[in-house]
Amino acid sequence: MADRENLVNKKIILRFSAQTVEQPMVYHLVKDYNLVPNIIKAQISPENEGFLLLGISGLEEDFRQAMNYLQELGLQVQSLTEHVIRDEDSCTQCGLCTGVCPSNALYLERPSQQVHFDGEKCVVCNICIDVCPTRAMQIAVDN
Amino acid sequence: MKKSYEEINEKIRQGKAVVVTAEEVIDIAREVGVKAAAAKVDVVTTGTFGIMCSSGAFLNFWHTKPKMRMSQVWLNEVPAYAGIAAVDAYIGATELMTGDPANTPHPGHFRYGGGHVIEDLIAGREIKFRAGSYGTDCYPLRRLEKTLTIADLRDAFIFNPRNSYQNYNVGVNCGDKTVYTYMGILKPHMGNINYSTAGQLSPLLNDPYYRTIGLGTRIFLGGGIGYIGGPGTQHDPSGPRTEGGVPTGGAGTLAVTGDMKQMNARYIRGVSMLGYGVSLMVGIGVPIPILDEEMLEFTAVTDADILSPICDYGLKYPAGEPPELAHVTVAQLKSGQVEVLGKQIPTAPISSYPMAQEIAAALKLWIKEGRFLLSRPAELLPTVPGFERSEE
Repeated sequence: MADRENLVNKKIILRFSAQTVEQPMVYHLVKDYNLVPNIIKAQISPENEGFLLLGISGLEEDFRQAMNYLQELGLQVQSLTEHVIRDEDSCTQCGLCTGVCPSNALYLERPSQQVHFDGEKCVVCNICIDVCPTRAMQIAVDN
Repeated sequence: MKKSYEEINEKIRQGKAVVVTAEEVIDIAREVGVKAAAAKVDVVTTGTFGIMCSSGAFLNFWHTKPKMRMSQVWLNEVPAYAGIAAVDAYIGATELMTGDPANTPHPGHFRYGGGHVIEDLIAGREIKFRAGSYGTDCYPLRRLEKTLTIADLRDAFIFNPRNSYQNYNVGVNCGDKTVYTYMGILKPHMGNINYSTAGQLSPLLNDPYYRTIGLGTRIFLGGGIGYIGGPGTQHDPSGPRTEGGVPTGGAGTLAVTGDMKQMNARYIRGVSMLGYGVSLMVGIGVPIPILDEEMLEFTAVTDADILSPICDYGLKYPAGEPPELAHVTVAQLKSGQVEVLGKQIPTAPISSYPMAQEIAAALKLWIKEGRFLLSRPAELLPTVPGFERSEE
């Protein structure tokens, strides 16, 4: 039985080339490394290059070995070191951000019209940072 | 049943006035009917908090030693208009900081401007002040630089020539490229809708013919006590209205003024609009005296009764052509999705409904505690011919 301390929940960006795009890596992350990947955002260009934004939870040791596996496949692995935060004092609850947020991390509760921010759903596209009239949405760097 | 301003104020002084918000009065009217509600309720408080261009502040910097006739003035490098008197200036909300790259490259970020100076002053933050003069025999000083806070100003009062539009355009983009507007980012091919109204809480929608609102009306302004200075610029009561009197376009506006030293920066915020510029979010609450049943009926207006015009900001609005595509109710806008020309479009607000609620509740508390009395306007706002009233 694993200690809670050994569990990790991380976000990574995988960048792949035309050579690696056909690898069923999400399957292997589940089957071989017992990880729980959540595909937050994916994009593949016409030339078969693209990226995958994944949320991954599982045991720390499994996660480490899985990252080695992905790098051996030739994928670029970037852990997401930036995240978006909301300065609650600056936020006026206007709601303008909810119209541009692509992942519904920023959303309106109805009927109260309160604006909520769910950091777990944020894909760090940063559009809210430019759109927020009072600059309440900010970039924070992990650690 | 009629009540006078004097009777209502006497109740407020005695702590006996029944004060409710423009949201609460809707339920009261539904439960007990308009007649009983009008007998019970004395004052309905409204609130709105949104980006309101046509805002600014008059500042007086005290006379200096030796004296100076300031020709140019900058606050945190934002120019203020000093062509008023020796040490007076007007800082406008939409003025950019000197050297701001504006829309190069497009869309510009507009990080700081006049609206931010006003917020910083009210928040008590330090401001870098700079002034220049050509010098005269009576005002010899030619240059001055110092830091100051609002406490160092002799006078500081907001004077906003046009705030609190009665109703407002709803923004959509019929063009084929994204536009960056004062209504926010609008995606091509009617990809999204942005709207800006406090709806059923909005001051002028609760007194649609301005029976109680005019020059001298005491109001909540930016967290302090302010006054209506008369009709705002572009005030126009003449457009089409619903049966209940709700104008289906902009219509009425307010000029407002108030002492900045009393204000709270929570209710006045400098804003940056991507690709557009800087401006000011202003919090306003207007109390509506329930003089008779008609006033109660007006204040019981709901989001479902308010029709706002959907306007094309992609092609028509910038070209100066009539931009209206359709009308939808505020209730539909607040549901998150509306249908326009057969297409379902997601909506987002620009004006803060939670802050509008907070302002209406704050004004209600002031009145209940006897700290705020209603004032009879010296002159009502111009209204629709045939709807003029004298409240005697």
